[in-house]
Amino acid sequence: MQPVIIMRGVKLLADERILLSHGAGGLKTQRLIREVFQKNLGNAYLQQELDSALIKFSSHKIAFTTDSYVVSPIFFPGGDIGKLSVCGTVNDLAVMGAKPLYLTLGLIIEEGLPVEELDKLMFSLGNTAREAGVQIVAGDTKVVEHGACDKIFINTSGIGIVPPNLDLRPQKMVPGDKIIVSGPVGNHGIAILAARESLDFSPPLASDCTYLNYLIDGVLNTGASIKCMRDPTRGGLATTLNELAQQANLGIKLHEEALPVQPQVKGACSMLGLDPLYLANEGKVIIVVANKDARQVLEEIRKYDIGKNASIIGEVTDAHCSKVVMETELGTLRVLRMLEGDPLPRIC
Amino acid sequence: MLKLKLNKITVKKLLKGINNESHIRIMEVCGTHTMAIAKAGIKQLLPANIELISGPGCPVCVTAQEDIERILILAKKREVIITTFGDMLRVPGSTGSLQEMQAQGADVRIVYSPLDAVNLARNNPEKEIVFLAVGFETTTPTVAFALEDAHKTGVDNFSIVCMHKLVIPALKALLSDQETEIHGFLLPGHVSTIIGTIPYEFIPREYQRACVVSGFEPGDILESILFISRQLENADYKVENQYKRGVKTEGNKIALEIMDKYFTPFNSLWRGMGEIKDSGLRLRPEYVQYDAIFKFGLQDTLVQLAPSGCICGNILKGILKPEECALFSKMCTPAFPVGPCMVSSEGACAASYYYAGGEVIGR
Repeated sequence: MQPVIIMRGVKLLADERILLSHGAGGLKTQRLIREVFQKNLGNAYLQQELDSALIKFSSHKIAFTTDSYVVSPIFFPGGDIGKLSVCGTVNDLAVMGAKPLYLTLGLIIEEGLPVEELDKLMFSLGNTAREAGVQIVAGDTKVVEHGACDKIFINTSGIGIVPPNLDLRPQKMVPGDKIIVSGPVGNHGIAILAARESLDFSPPLASDCTYLNYLIDGVLNTGASIKCMRDPTRGGLATTLNELAQQANLGIKLHEEALPVQPQVKGACSMLGLDPLYLANEGKVIIVVANKDARQVLEEIRKYDIGKNASIIGEVTDAHCSKVVMETELGTLRVLRMLEGDPLPRIC
Repeated sequence: MLKLKLNKITVKKLLKGINNESHIRIMEVCGTHTMAIAKAGIKQLLPANIELISGPGCPVCVTAQEDIERILILAKKREVIITTFGDMLRVPGSTGSLQEMQAQGADVRIVYSPLDAVNLARNNPEKEIVFLAVGFETTTPTVAFALEDAHKTGVDNFSIVCMHKLVIPALKALLSDQETEIHGFLLPGHVSTIIGTIPYEFIPREYQRACVVSGFEPGDILESILFISRQLENADYKVENQYKRGVKTEGNKIALEIMDKYFTPFNSLWRGMGEIKDSGLRLRPEYVQYDAIFKFGLQDTLVQLAPSGCICGNILKGILKPEECALFSKMCTPAFPVGPCMVSSEGACAASYYYAGGEVIGR
């Protein structure tokens, strides 16, 4: 017997596949919307089924962002493209100090995708959104011919409210500020690579894909003097810190012994000739904080499960402007440049 | 082998053992050493009289331009899927790189083992799967095992572009070249796991140079430099094995046997070094059906000149350093490489570019 996805009219069966006509805007599209999207993502905004969601704001400052997700494979240890497309956009809002509220969801689906897989992805996406406290308020689905995209591409845009008087910018960094990272780096990049190439690591490597808004909210509520925050996704920690150093026109000095990297990530990287500092993360935040408040912020981050391995990894300096330099465990200095080229395409 | 864990204090202790004050030029033969030295900033730790120079041990870097041109011709063929380790992707040829051809529709796939390429051949019987076989004695045995797999299971749509090189003939060529001034060699740990330490014995015997087979951790490299310094100080030239945890005197017999079963040495072209006697491997005549160049009749492809201004050749011989190249970090960067030494993750130019530590920040 086929597992039935939902009880309504003509049912979509779990072994059914997405056809071009599911994106044609007719009855099949409507069925897909109701039986997969509404079921998993439904809320008062979506149920209105209007051309736009109508959202009321008073005089708040709004943070607004967008991101597209093309990761391959679409299911990977630690997450899937559905979860990722919520976390990525939520994190982009959160690092600006915004409270993420509403997301839109644009899907481009390759014909032939089993409905069961789409349902699984939307279940995961819906769950992640609920956990992160955001609502999917509008969406769009297009289906393209076989080969025109790879299974599914997702775009999410997000809106969040920024508390009054909060001003986070790299230009606020000054020499002496501390750099904190919320946990070990490189996991997402190496997990995707391992999944894609069927490299089995023991213990298995999982992506760090998660939403950071509660942790960041906690950090902001300490009242510490936070200068700016970034989530080090593509290009990794080294590239993100280079962007900060360039924007602030200051140097950043890191201490290798303070950098959290899991031993299995280190091992996999040395085997594959990769550097964890240049691998993508999907659940980490870099926080630049005034020296006097660094300890307090570190302790706050460590209260969260996803932040328990947070570490103060370095400081801002005026010694080598717009460059990132790492003191190695041997006491030598290494310049960390921006990532050149793309060692791993389609990781997010 | 070094027992203590290296940190700022133990490094100082170790370096105190280097008493030799004369100018010492040490060549690290292996590209993995080049990268490890640059990454750990080992040059910043050494006294000024010790100079480390990179050698010809980056397989992608020494691949002759004509081989690159042949690969690009193969990649254009509709029936061919090129399989390769990642480093070959961006090496520029006269009509672009594999990566550029990939964007134009060529089917080029990165594999992590040549056995994956054989599997790909099994699953795509209508295609010809060509593996770009690059590397020294470390990688050659795995290619031989892949050939054995294909041969035994009757996979006939698998072939290789055989660009394998041998370390010993290259060392001989370097030592007989008057231009190259080298006092000691940091010998390649990985290659030595296969060939053992005996083949290096001609170096101290015939050329009176210090030799240490070294591991790849910063501590291994520093300790090996200390050993070389002592050999020179005492004029006691020999092949020392610092990497005992990986290297046995006699090497790996099984790997050597399977290499010998499928490959035979021939006079091979090295970028910058020209033709070196018996320095390359090609398939034995009885296995020539696995030679992609033979299969597609590309033996007579015209030799293309190396890109103008690029001094990769002299860098590979240890005569010039990457920073002495007019193109370095200006016209030639990892994103837009002119020569292969900037492409490969083992290349001397890429190592200098990425990890220029001390030099860049003026220490």
